[in-house]
Amino acid sequence: MSANHDTATAHDRHDAHHAHADGHGHATLKGYLTGFVLSVILTAIPFWLVMTGAIENKQAAAIVVMVFAVVQIVVHMVYFLHMNSSSEGGWSMLAMMFTIILVVIVLTGSLWVMYHLNTNMMPGLHDMSEIP
Amino acid sequence: MATAAEKAVPTFYVKDEHDHAEGGSTMLGFWIYLMSDCLIFAILFAVYGVLGTNYAAGPAPKDLFDLSLVAVNTTMLLLSSITYGFAMLTMEKNRVAATQAWLAVTGLFGLAFLGIELYEFAHMIHEGATPQRSGFLSAFFTLVGTHGLHVTFGTVWLVTLMIQVGKRGLIAANRRRLMCLSMFWHFLDVVWIGVFTFVYLMGMLR
Amino acid sequence: MAVPQPVETTFLFGRLTWQAFPLHEPIVVATFAVVALGGVAVLAALTWFRLWGYLWREWFTSVDHKKIGIMYMMLGLIMLLRGFADAVMMRLQQAMAFNGSEGYLNAHHYDQIFTAHGVIMIFFVAMPLVTGLMNYVVPLQIGARDVSFPFLNNFSFWMTVGGAVLVMASLFLGEFAQTGWLAYPPLSNIGYSPWVGVDYYIWGLQVAGVGTTLSGINLICTIIKMRAPGMSLMKMPVFTWTSLCTNVLIVASFPVLTAVLALLSLDRYVGTNFFTNDFGGNPMMYVNLIWIWGHPEVYILILPLFGVFSEVTSTFSGKKLFGYTSMVYATVVITVLSYLVWLHHFFTMGSGASVNSFFGITTMIISIPTGAKIFNWLFTMYRGRIRFELPMMWTVAFMLTFTVGGMTGVLLAVPPADFVLHNSLFLVAHFHNVIIGGVLFGLFAGIAYWWPKAFGFKLDPFWGKVSFWCWVVGFWLAFMPLYILGLMGVTRRMRVFDDPSLQIWFIIAGLGAALIAVGIAAMLIQMFVSVMRREKLVDETGDPWDGRTLEWSTSSPPPAYNFAFTPVVHDNDAWWDMKKRGYSRPLSGYRPIHMPKNTGTGVILAGLSTVVGFALIWYIWWLAALGFVALLATAIGHTFNYHRDFHIPVEEVTRTEEARTELLAARS
Repeated sequence: MSANHDTATAHDRHDAHHAHADGHGHATLKGYLTGFVLSVILTAIPFWLVMTGAIENKQAAAIVVMVFAVVQIVVHMVYFLHMNSSSEGGWSMLAMMFTIILVVIVLTGSLWVMYHLNTNMMPGLHDMSEIP
Repeated sequence: MATAAEKAVPTFYVKDEHDHAEGGSTMLGFWIYLMSDCLIFAILFAVYGVLGTNYAAGPAPKDLFDLSLVAVNTTMLLLSSITYGFAMLTMEKNRVAATQAWLAVTGLFGLAFLGIELYEFAHMIHEGATPQRSGFLSAFFTLVGTHGLHVTFGTVWLVTLMIQVGKRGLIAANRRRLMCLSMFWHFLDVVWIGVFTFVYLMGMLR
Repeated sequence: MAVPQPVETTFLFGRLTWQAFPLHEPIVVATFAVVALGGVAVLAALTWFRLWGYLWREWFTSVDHKKIGIMYMMLGLIMLLRGFADAVMMRLQQAMAFNGSEGYLNAHHYDQIFTAHGVIMIFFVAMPLVTGLMNYVVPLQIGARDVSFPFLNNFSFWMTVGGAVLVMASLFLGEFAQTGWLAYPPLSNIGYSPWVGVDYYIWGLQVAGVGTTLSGINLICTIIKMRAPGMSLMKMPVFTWTSLCTNVLIVASFPVLTAVLALLSLDRYVGTNFFTNDFGGNPMMYVNLIWIWGHPEVYILILPLFGVFSEVTSTFSGKKLFGYTSMVYATVVITVLSYLVWLHHFFTMGSGASVNSFFGITTMIISIPTGAKIFNWLFTMYRGRIRFELPMMWTVAFMLTFTVGGMTGVLLAVPPADFVLHNSLFLVAHFHNVIIGGVLFGLFAGIAYWWPKAFGFKLDPFWGKVSFWCWVVGFWLAFMPLYILGLMGVTRRMRVFDDPSLQIWFIIAGLGAALIAVGIAAMLIQMFVSVMRREKLVDETGDPWDGRTLEWSTSSPPPAYNFAFTPVVHDNDAWWDMKKRGYSRPLSGYRPIHMPKNTGTGVILAGLSTVVGFALIWYIWWLAALGFVALLATAIGHTFNYHRDFHIPVEEVTRTEEARTELLAARS
């Protein structure tokens, strides 16, 4: 319902949806350009790392690449999706946090469970890549 | 002990009510939809994580992936993101023609992305690396293909919105729809970051 | 019995041939005859009484959350009859199949029955009933006039119906899955289930799943965005809170089901290797993923009913709910924890001690907030002026039954114990104990509680009590023997038995099922009798139970716009607070009310989705493609309609409200 601000002073919704659906922060040219430049850099470096093999140790390279991905995801969230803690009264942020937690649970949980399963149930057959 | 304020009967209903602006929940609702979509991708990533090394004595990422192609593809998607951003900025200034132009450019970048992806798929299938060949390839085609399918639907949606903006201009409903598509488009970008990192780059590191 | 396995497919009908009609199963043919005759009779009656136009305009195309809620409940109750028929058939088979007897069901048919029973009871009974209740009650409780996306609400409902139609069609056309309700591969892969059964399962659930997810998004937005002024989060009624958490769970878990089933269908249709045994597939991954959906699903079902029990206990004890804050936190904690326990469904899969202990401990932890809730209800009743009306009786029965079910659940959470009890009738008894004792009893409490709100008259108490006792006693009689059998090591889904000493327990369980059948009959009689005696049972006040929350402040049934004036909330029990502080109903100053327009698009879209699903099941590719294009075109076409709302004129509001004023004046 349209919250009536004269009669309802105590209500908790800080989202004024009279000011129509502009719930996701204010986009500016500068913001978009900053985001774009940052993501170009954050994309180029990991590609360069892998394509040239600049880091010898593959595990270290993988970790570096992953860190770049996480940073770039944050950049996209902030500059393109205009995520901040106040849009939609904080609900967008809350929904995203909850989703991130679930994604982490699903990913790590599945990998953990399935890794242990393979170790326990198929000892000696770890290298699935060669089993037809 | 009751104060005077408590004794007085408070207001129990809104006397002077206005129509609430239509679509007040749309942006939040769409965001929540995107979060649910995000979980679909999470499952596909998890499947790729578990099955991604099961080559079944078939081709491995190193035999298949061409990183320079993926780099071009990523560039297409990044460019489409910034042009969509420009479309949103011109929309806020109420410039219909410029908005339409930027939307069209975005659509073209989207199509270019899809074209390159389809070329890559066709090439792999031609080499015998079909989705049926191994668990790794099933997971690869499904994850990357699902993202591609989203881009396809995004493009169809984009065209629909261009027609609607053409017919009715940048009215409130159309602005809201453009903002939803904006979230959708940038969300696909975020998913693509995951794809090129986990599938392509880390695949080449194995 | 050999199952016909048509190999050839034709362009026009795919693999649909005359052999698809199960004419070789006399039981199915008889059922079909009865259903067909009944269906023809209903259709004829609708035509004769010229009800089609009325139904289409006032119900099928309605975007009113109240009507959609009632339609969900109707769907759930109809499907309950189907699901229960399956249950009775299984009980009968298991009670008979001893001493060399094969019983009366062949293996092919029996396997379909236990699969269909599980699928129908969860997806098409419990889910529609829960969603219907939330749809009806939540907007009223938060002082809103409809949900956030009324059209989407109608569409969601029809998608659920579409899924139900596909599952029902499998009874008379082809077969249903013979895999158990979660369709584990490799059994559900194309190699072991080559015909249409699993495809019916997949597409039935996919179509319904879209509806469920969208309705979840809808209700979350409604609760977040459309609460009456003054209703802060911690002033929301507990049912609204539990509904919010349930819908969060729906939105965060149904996509997982959608994805997993999509991968299974890729395996079946395209020949990918996700869950196969060779070429690098891994069937265990399916089990892992589907339970990431499956465990939250359990809480999707039970949480709203925890809300119902909270409302009922506090209303019928005449007290504020004890420990409102702890109730809210317990609900939120359960919501999050429900994502950390999924592996307890497959302890025996072999992930090893470390993984099993982690998930065993999280499972035991989740019983703590649940226990806290039970104590909150007990303390609400403590020193209350308890009125043992029907909803309260169901609540007490729930507390006794559910606690036992919860305890056996904690037993199963201990991995070593689970190695003994898994896949046994002990497990079957456990989850029926929590689902019947928790979900179903809660739904019955909720139906009895809100029925007068929906229809303006109470349910007949006599037949309600008959139904109550038959259900409660029947439940204990039917499932306690299964606990005993499970402890003796009897596994689930068995069709015939060798050990004659077990038979007595199955006979007792069968008697329990018969008693439950009487309970269901009594419930239907109760509804019929109540409609007949509605003059006597009428409630004109809109507040028959001396209620505490906002839905009781409007008339019964509420007008299309719910509230002539949006309420302003000052307290947790908003309506109680209004009554205590001398609220008087406004008698003038009405305004036109802005409402959404009805639309038939939802019915059409869902109908097309069902057609696409059907075509995919039978490999009728041209129809699937055509249906998909039509679906897309209709959806896009719908977005070109910008006129989706109208105003209820002030005269109509005034007329409705003045009629109520007269009614209330005549009473006093």
